[in-house]
Amino acid sequence: MMISRRHFMQAGMAAAAITGAPGAWSRLAAQQALTQDQLLQFDTFGNVSLIHITDIHAQAVPIYFREPAINIGVGEAAGVVPHLVGAELRALAGIAEGSPMDHALTPDDFVALARAYGRMGGLDRIATVVNAIRADRPDALLLDGGDTWQGSLTALRTAGSDMVAAMNALGVEAMTSHWEYTLGIERVTEIVETELAFPFLGANVFDATWDEPALQPYQMFERGGTQVAVIGQAFPYTPIANPSWMFPDLSFGVREERMAQVVAEARAAGAEVVVVLSHNGFDVDRRMAGNVPGIDVILTGHTHDALPFPVQVGQTHLIASGSHGKFLSRVDLDVRDGGVQGLRHKLIPIFSDVIAPDPEMAALVAAARAPFADELSEVIGQTDTLLFRRGNFNGTWDDLICQALLSEREAEIALSPGFRWGASVLPGQDITREDIFNATAMTYPEAYRTEMTGETLKLVLEDVADNLFHPDPYYQQGGDMVRVGGMGYRIDVGATQGQRISDMTLLATGEPIDPTRAYVVAGWASVNEGTEGPPIWDVLEAYIARRGTVAVPPNDSVIVEGI
Amino acid sequence: MFERREVLALGLGAAALTILPRAAWAAADEAVQAFTGGAEMADTGVTLTAPEIAENGNTVPISVSAPGAEEVTILADGNPNPEVATFKFGPLAGSHEASTRIRLAETQDVIAIARMPDGSFARAVQNVKVTIGGCGG
Repeated sequence: MMISRRHFMQAGMAAAAITGAPGAWSRLAAQQALTQDQLLQFDTFGNVSLIHITDIHAQAVPIYFREPAINIGVGEAAGVVPHLVGAELRALAGIAEGSPMDHALTPDDFVALARAYGRMGGLDRIATVVNAIRADRPDALLLDGGDTWQGSLTALRTAGSDMVAAMNALGVEAMTSHWEYTLGIERVTEIVETELAFPFLGANVFDATWDEPALQPYQMFERGGTQVAVIGQAFPYTPIANPSWMFPDLSFGVREERMAQVVAEARAAGAEVVVVLSHNGFDVDRRMAGNVPGIDVILTGHTHDALPFPVQVGQTHLIASGSHGKFLSRVDLDVRDGGVQGLRHKLIPIFSDVIAPDPEMAALVAAARAPFADELSEVIGQTDTLLFRRGNFNGTWDDLICQALLSEREAEIALSPGFRWGASVLPGQDITREDIFNATAMTYPEAYRTEMTGETLKLVLEDVADNLFHPDPYYQQGGDMVRVGGMGYRIDVGATQGQRISDMTLLATGEPIDPTRAYVVAGWASVNEGTEGPPIWDVLEAYIARRGTVAVPPNDSVIVEGI
Repeated sequence: MFERREVLALGLGAAALTILPRAAWAAADEAVQAFTGGAEMADTGVTLTAPEIAENGNTVPISVSAPGAEEVTILADGNPNPEVATFKFGPLAGSHEASTRIRLAETQDVIAIARMPDGSFARAVQNVKVTIGGCGG
């Protein structure tokens, strides 16, 4: 089979065709220029359609979300997508500066373009797009890559129920998982057995005691006159990156040989198309695509990358559909003569001011939010600077969280985990309680206060850095670097574990960190059972409320080398 | 299982990662020498399955498969005592596979060496990372 025949990339994102100087546009002009028809335009192809959403992080209503300015790839991922940001990504994808797709995919001129193009995402807009695709191709297969039940106040308060009900209503047909387990295994089991209307797939999820499969590995779907196998792959390092005591009997791992076995099993059962619905992270999926034969499409997730084109490895196409409901991918396949003969793809940006809300989903989301309306809308303060999370080393949300930890917990050094979820807040906007929870809502929020020696702090930084910058993607965990307040350091990304971190400095005094001295450290989201402290959202809220208006200065306390 | 996992509290987990004397490597080399007598080892013939990153360094599941082998030894080159286990397969063995759980003190290579009936050896190695964890997302 010729590679070129398979690689039918949908030419030109409709959105990218818009030109002009959007920074100067009025909101109305931007909305008039973009239309729902343009965003949905797709020349239906072949006989099977896949619809992919992933890493929504419980964002049921439209949000702002700034993509990273620093997203370093190492080893085979150095200098290639998804590790191209800003101008490099625009150049590769043929995206005009200041265009809607530029705003959706890059952090450049974020505030001005956000004001022009408005918020993105929202389950009611996603429902409109799904319904439109299904009007075109009624048996289009809708798949959710996971990280769906965590990340908002309402999902936390309802233990995921609001999102489960919404995804059932959306017509999702299979999902895989990661943060789902942080609801605790009893709740996950309850949802899967009694609430979820579709399979919860995970070929790499095993019983820890007996090392036997714990979840359904794949589901076969008959679509377009052919058999499509969808294999689930949960986040391999869930028990390491998240508290394993919340799901003590489950074991994960990449388990490449298991994937090969399940692919073979699905093929033997008659699958003409094999799709992996993955939460591995893009670089892990790229490696897996090269090592495991027989996979046609990997719908990637976890690392929150959005790509306007598929990445092909051998005969496998990798699709990256972003996060927080900002995008949805449509993949049409021409399946004939026992296999996939061609593929057409489009990354559809969910511009919430352009795509009409689906009334039924809008009503469902509104009803789920109603009991919490007062709490969600309470204004805690204002921000003078953009609050965002993404970036390998810091983001203003975590800078603010670290400031709050240092101040409220009277610490010398603050640590905030390198999560990639959390919506952005524009300068001049109110910070509501909903905004605070969008950056912090999870089930192990205790803001601890403890002592660590300088040596331990270095060990922590080295350990996390290796999880991010190990040259072999199978040894990476896919988050970002732990954020540090009160301490600066230098990092050599290309060095080996134990050698990357140097020049650790206590910012308050400018003195080098003493390996033998104990420092008072505050942080949150410890994976250890029995961690004590107030929830991080209370710490953050108290700090913002006292300050009234916050401004986060540029962070130059991390010096990066070796790229 | 539960209480052993709790031992991996941040401070303790970190303490457990402090660098062991690399004398352990020398011990592993000696164990390889003792098993093979210094013979060459092929890269194929034995398959070692181990996690890339251990979920719990105190109990890491590993398995080996070496069709036709008479004996397979497992070494952990960063442990104070690198010799983990040796499996012997008789002539009537239906399969030449074995699984066990091992304790790894730190990030290190796990090595499986198979001795074949003709006296040749095969070797497989995998690095297993023992990590503090807690910041993925």
